Amino acid sequence: MGRFLLRRFGLALVTLWLLSIIVFVAAHVFPGDVGRRILGPFADPAAVASLNHQLGTDQPILSQYWSWLSGAVTGHLGTSLNYRDSVASLLGRAIGNSAKLGVVAFVLVVPLGILGGIVAALNRDRFLDRFITVAGLSAAVIPEFVWAIVVIILFGVVLRVLPVTAQAPEGSGVLTQLEYLILPAIALVLVLFGYIARITRAGMIEALDADYTRTAALKGLSWATVIRRHVLRNALLPTVAVVASQTGYLIGGLVVIELIFNYPGIGYLLFTAAQKKDFPLLQGGVMFVGLVYLTATLLADIAYSLLNPRIRYGSAE
Amino acid sequence: MATAIDELVALPARQVARRERLRLLWHSPTFLLGLVVVAFWVLCALVGRLLVPHDPYLPDLLSRLKPPSAAHWFGTDDIGRDVFSRVIVGARGILTVAPLATLLGTVAGTSIGLVAGYFRGIVDEVLMRVVDAFLAVPVVITGMLGLVALGPSTATLILVIGFVFTPLIARTVRAAVLAEREMEYVQAGRLRKENALYMMFVEILPNVLGPVLVEFTVRLGYAIFATATLSFLGFGIQPPAADWGLNLHDQYIYLTGGLWWPVLFPALAIATLVVGVNLLADGLAQVYER
Repeated sequence: MGRFLLRRFGLALVTLWLLSIIVFVAAHVFPGDVGRRILGPFADPAAVASLNHQLGTDQPILSQYWSWLSGAVTGHLGTSLNYRDSVASLLGRAIGNSAKLGVVAFVLVVPLGILGGIVAALNRDRFLDRFITVAGLSAAVIPEFVWAIVVIILFGVVLRVLPVTAQAPEGSGVLTQLEYLILPAIALVLVLFGYIARITRAGMIEALDADYTRTAALKGLSWATVIRRHVLRNALLPTVAVVASQTGYLIGGLVVIELIFNYPGIGYLLFTAAQKKDFPLLQGGVMFVGLVYLTATLLADIAYSLLNPRIRYGSAE
Repeated sequence: MATAIDELVALPARQVARRERLRLLWHSPTFLLGLVVVAFWVLCALVGRLLVPHDPYLPDLLSRLKPPSAAHWFGTDDIGRDVFSRVIVGARGILTVAPLATLLGTVAGTSIGLVAGYFRGIVDEVLMRVVDAFLAVPVVITGMLGLVALGPSTATLILVIGFVFTPLIARTVRAAVLAEREMEYVQAGRLRKENALYMMFVEILPNVLGPVLVEFTVRLGYAIFATATLSFLGFGIQPPAADWGLNLHDQYIYLTGGLWWPVLFPALAIATLVVGVNLLADGLAQVYER
């Protein structure tokens, strides 16, 4: 197991390094003249030159990459042009807010998705199964901002039961904060539900068809015991991996959700950075999102290998 | 070179398989429903301008934000333009950008996938790591970075989405090629010392077209998702187009005031198009991956 995890860790580092190249090329090479891109076609050439000097974008390309990468490794991601504050501390503040929203969404969607998958698998090929699968996957392919608009119209405009912004008034209690987070969380739940339900259903069906399940049933265990002890334990393994990979989708969805609900998280920060052409913040933010995703996947690998005896006792892979 | 006898045997078999697949598609309710929905929006994109009751671009400041009525079925937006007309003609932008971007990604991705799968080794290893790196960040965020760097326009939107999809499509094609390269016809070609380009594009490519087609439709769904989202964020299709995502970008602030009609209808249009394309993809996948 040690070798398996070590290999995964090594691969994650390589991936992160490649991501840094992609991000660097996009932010430093694509624009041609970075200062010109930020200030626009009518800006004074002296101002452009001075901005390029301030950003270090007048240096040779490799030394730019080197100074950016060595800074990023030690947590120094530069200074935001828009907020005049360190990129690292801006990201630190925003991720806390996003984590709150993400946790609310996950707390809702993970049990619901697993339950949906179990119900679908136990009613395989019947109406309920078709309904859960088709509705879940249709919901998953519709963009988050469309769902956000639909839930705002339904709960905020027609029914008038929930607030349509996510940011609770200053100094409000946990419950009020939670109330403000429900609508944006529902929009995220609608998108994430289908994947979790589908993978749980697939895992369940594989376990239900397995020989050990037939053996367990034939030796006289009650159906409930067979499901709980033999089917669920095996079926939920792939779900763990999928839940982790959903953090990626989640962060992508946060950009629009946080914008619509006016919530100061990482997605909103990235959006403002892009809108204001704040390259230091934008490239730091993209790297940070990649880091969060890779960490989540690595944690899922660890959880998966702890739960799965075939990996726990096996050699590498 | 394939001999004349090879062709005589292979062609009818391939034609039979194609006819069988068409028959299955024609009987798949998923595929047909998707086809109807997508065909409707394609029609709107092509000739929508002729069908609409009002000029979709003409502001009418005397009837701003009017609710749905007999004159304006979906109401009017914040500068008095007819929402129904704008929804109908709005299909054009997204149905230009998304298929072109997907095509770009599919052509580039298929070429890279063929090379990686056929040669294996270091090319393959590097490609897989690049795919991982792209997957670590959501498409919307990489897309946003690329569009800010290049400057938002329809052309850069196509380029950026196509570019981001390339490694993902390459991975799928590579997997299909890996299965093919173990087949006898590939080994025979190698023994004949065929040119590698000939082997990849003439011998292997026709046999992996099924997975490529399925991947194209699946990616098309994602491309519509990405185009709509980036346009909604203001980095995609630019004003004064009647694009759905862009419309929502302009109008969603009125939601809090209870003005739902300029927002709901473009949102529903995006939802139906995305679901329609995904139904098509599902139908194709079921037929090709039996």
